Amino acid sequence: MYDFEPKIVAFFCNWCTYTAADLAGLSRLQYSPCVRVIRLMCSGRIDPQFILEAFSKGADGVLIGGCHPGDCHYQEGNYKALRRYILLKKILKDFGIEEERLRLEWISASEGDKVQKVVNEMVEIIKKLGPVKPEKIIQLEEQTDKMEI
Amino acid sequence: MKKPKVAFYWCASCGGCEEAVVDLGEEILNVVDLVDIVFWPVALDFKIDDLVNLEEGEITTAFINGAIRTSEQHEIVKLLRRKSKFVIAYGSCSCFGGIPGLANLFSANEIVRRVYLETPSTINPENVIPGRGDKFDGSVVSLPKFYDKVKPLDQAIEVDYYLPGCPPPVKLTLEAIKTLLSDTLPERGSVLAPDVALCNECPRKETKPDKIELRAINRPHQVYIDAEKCLLAQGLLCLGIGTRAGCGAACINGNMPCTGCMGPPGNVKDQGAKLISALASIVSSNDEEEIKRILEQIPDPTGTFYKYFLPYSILQGKIKREIENESLENYD
Repeated sequence: MYDFEPKIVAFFCNWCTYTAADLAGLSRLQYSPCVRVIRLMCSGRIDPQFILEAFSKGADGVLIGGCHPGDCHYQEGNYKALRRYILLKKILKDFGIEEERLRLEWISASEGDKVQKVVNEMVEIIKKLGPVKPEKIIQLEEQTDKMEI
Repeated sequence: MKKPKVAFYWCASCGGCEEAVVDLGEEILNVVDLVDIVFWPVALDFKIDDLVNLEEGEITTAFINGAIRTSEQHEIVKLLRRKSKFVIAYGSCSCFGGIPGLANLFSANEIVRRVYLETPSTINPENVIPGRGDKFDGSVVSLPKFYDKVKPLDQAIEVDYYLPGCPPPVKLTLEAIKTLLSDTLPERGSVLAPDVALCNECPRKETKPDKIELRAINRPHQVYIDAEKCLLAQGLLCLGIGTRAGCGAACINGNMPCTGCMGPPGNVKDQGAKLISALASIVSSNDEEEIKRILEQIPDPTGTFYKYFLPYSILQGKIKREIENESLENYD
């Protein structure tokens, strides 16, 4: 396997996870630079279209960070994120995107260490999975398919 | 005065859109008074030469239904594009890929192998796969190329207007013909249907609760369906919330939930993703296991939410991506 640096798009909620990522920075906790953080006001703002767009534009993984259940600044935005996440995960497989590439984590503003742990863990998992199946590999498979016939 | 010329053609579709034209009924006689039909292989005896012999831009409007799956379809629509002033993507297959577009979840090779070698009812002892230049009676027989993906019409040629629906509603078809013959043309690229969600014109609009709570998902055969009440509030997956209006709520009037054939309203890029977003958010539970249990009741979520829209969606089907500047040797 060649050296593969995954691209992970992270959608973090302004009130908890983004603040936690800030805290991780202030506390000088090192985590992988493979993650690109996008700040949103709430994890409930994450439209499944954003996630599909990320995958179609080259993301190898998408991480969603929101407040712990019951802690949402807007009462129940994080529950909506959870429900959308569960349903979206069911269709990603059909599109050839492994389940592990989409991850949801509840990270409160004080859990800078959890940001570090989750990001590093996810980068490791995606490195093992490799990039979202590139066209060339599919073409190779098709050639072998033809040979069998 | 010379009458404007109109052409109809079908690509990867079921023929329902052709039916929709015939369904104009007596109105079709008025249409025929107004226009000359110069190409309509399904209903009238035309040959490809009739089309080739026309001047460039001589046809006023070409109504093309069906998605593009083979090289033959692609060539004919390219020809129609050259001969026509306006091209209308007619019907959901042509606009978004439609039901044939669900094949984009598989590669062309998988499909051919499944159909010709693997289905339980296939009898094909010599493992014949068509379209590979097979010899027959001393000559080589070939077929048009079967593309790897189903394409909506506008991924093959430029499209001027879109008229979705499975099939397109008679009312909208008539309006479209009248509009295109008038002097005031709609903006190029527009969809010739109202730009609001179906719920806006739903006859059951009044019975829709302020807050719908989805506690269980029912399928039409499992429950007694109240013919007056909002279907979503009855736990049926009615997709009107993410679907364009214009059909006159035909399915709902037949007491069946909307399946989304008109595609999304204009401000939505990906109908399936938006439906996932909307339906998931009204699931009435905050408990992870309970949410999973409720959503588990949706059979085939991809097929349900992308029934007509897959090739036009953000991912367009099973994902394929080029990695730039990486040579094949790197993958071992």
